[in-house]
Amino acid sequence: MQDEQLLIGGHGFANRLFTGTGKFAAKDWIPRMLAASGSEMITVALRRIDSGGANQNILDFIPKDVVLLPNTSGARTAEEAVRIARIAREAGCGNFIKIEVITDMKYLMPDNYETLRATEILAREDFIVLPYVLPDLTLAKKLEEAGAAAIMPLGAPIGSNRGLETKSLIELLIENCKVPVIVDAGIGRPSHAAEAMEMGADAVLVNTAIAVAEDPAMMGHAFSLAVEAGRLAYLAKIGEESATAQASSPLTGFLD
Amino acid sequence: MSFYDELERYRDFDFQSSFSAVTPARVEAALAKEKLSENDFLALLSPTASAYLEQMARKANRLTSQYFGHTIQLFIPLYISNYCANECVYCGFHRGNDIRRKKLSLAEVEVEAKAIADTGMRHLLLLTGEAPAITPIDYLEDVVRLLKKHFASVAIEIFPLDVEDYQRLQVAGVDALTLYQEVYDEDRYGLVHRAGRKTDYRYRLDAPERGAKAGFRMVNVGPLLGLGEVRSEVFFSGLHAKYLDDSFLQTEISLSLPRMNPAEGNYHAEFEADDRSFVQFMTALRCFLPRAGITVSTRESPALRDKLIRLGATRFSAGSCTGVGGYGERQETGTPQFEISDERSVDEVVEAIRDAGYQPVYKDWDTI
Repeated sequence: MQDEQLLIGGHGFANRLFTGTGKFAAKDWIPRMLAASGSEMITVALRRIDSGGANQNILDFIPKDVVLLPNTSGARTAEEAVRIARIAREAGCGNFIKIEVITDMKYLMPDNYETLRATEILAREDFIVLPYVLPDLTLAKKLEEAGAAAIMPLGAPIGSNRGLETKSLIELLIENCKVPVIVDAGIGRPSHAAEAMEMGADAVLVNTAIAVAEDPAMMGHAFSLAVEAGRLAYLAKIGEESATAQASSPLTGFLD
Repeated sequence: MSFYDELERYRDFDFQSSFSAVTPARVEAALAKEKLSENDFLALLSPTASAYLEQMARKANRLTSQYFGHTIQLFIPLYISNYCANECVYCGFHRGNDIRRKKLSLAEVEVEAKAIADTGMRHLLLLTGEAPAITPIDYLEDVVRLLKKHFASVAIEIFPLDVEDYQRLQVAGVDALTLYQEVYDEDRYGLVHRAGRKTDYRYRLDAPERGAKAGFRMVNVGPLLGLGEVRSEVFFSGLHAKYLDDSFLQTEISLSLPRMNPAEGNYHAEFEADDRSFVQFMTALRCFLPRAGITVSTRESPALRDKLIRLGATRFSAGSCTGVGGYGERQETGTPQFEISDERSVDEVVEAIRDAGYQPVYKDWDTI
């Protein structure tokens, strides 16, 4: 079976691993990691872009064929997120925007309410909006209605590497959302990414676990393989599920 | 609500016998935990734990990588005035010192700002002595507005203010507050702060809390090591950070452990933390507060700073001058507030960070 491309806001992605630009030991790991992983979209915090001066600009380390996903990291309110998104677009960062509104600096949990408000505004302005949220089905449906291009539920707190602690809640999103569900945050190892893909997530976003590896390029590759494996396993149907679905050769047919 | 109430719990606490009572098993148990209690933190600060320094360092390194990645955030201090009405016996600016006093005019601030911005620095820490008649809030507001034209982030390390005045500075563009209690031991505090508004222990202790209420995104606390018994001072600093972290979800809390040069200025520090203890304190703080930023200033030597990159530090000052101004051309800076050990340029510090396998970060914030 041939997998189809993942479509988000009219863009097709063959590789379902999305990556991030933070925490690397050196910026030149970023292009190496992108090449090794084949990741086609990478997120970057607009606040951290240092343009104009003599310092290295992170955007210069991202190849042109990789889609930029600017994020609103640092925003505390919907209004701040909206302002950052507009600045990102004006700065030539494209139409994609990952909404990250965090008021809780202790656990870095997203503020679902402010995120929904920002999504409503930005979707109307034709942004391709990817809201980062706590997995809440009611909210996810409202985000869909508001025009979100995908939903990005967290697997575990940012940087925690704890994997899919919110698994049963994310499952509800996968079962019920029409837009793609991209698991973001908390994925600490490739097996976590594979698990998310096996259960039917459309993609995963991984930053910390790749960036802080001793060899981020190799770890990017490892995640890419895990994402692909999980995706294929999902498409091929995992054991228990297919056992009930394959009625073509019933085990008790000989009794008829 | 005040951290003072938390300190009260330890008023009659016998630190010496508590530290002595810590067994190796107690240290090992604390090290094995992901979430440490106050007692675990105390165990890691004990002399017993010094035998576990390598394990503590490894844990601190792992936690710091996990939450901060392989990065060191850079900032640079700018002193705008050394007028001071306080009499802090350990400080070069204290009112009894016969030094040349200077306050930068706005034009001079502009010259300094341009010179600093040319080094690539994007985060600035603004400092001044406590002389509200000479450096009133209006002046500070003007300085901040001017600096915001050149820097992505402006933090303050100035005398404590009321919530309203903090808010004025926040609106003018300040996003972070650094305020050291200097010494948490209230009796010691009284001994070294002899005159001026700084004699008010409580007003200073509650200032970080007022800063968080005023809406600063980051608040940085700490002791000045040398003024009080070091282990208990680090313990209280950790508790203070934890208290703020628990009380203000919206605020990022960070710490520093500025350490007095044993014979700084005319003051001889009565308490000493050698390098080995210093590393123990820093790694213990990291284990107790995995997400807290840890700042290391140029008080520390280049050789030690380069090692601290891997031991829990997340922020470095670099290319610092601790006299007034000092970055623009041919400026007379007056007596420095403290003596700098790491006199390397920004570029040299950046190179050392890269050599350690870390990314020097010039900018990780912008007021948008």
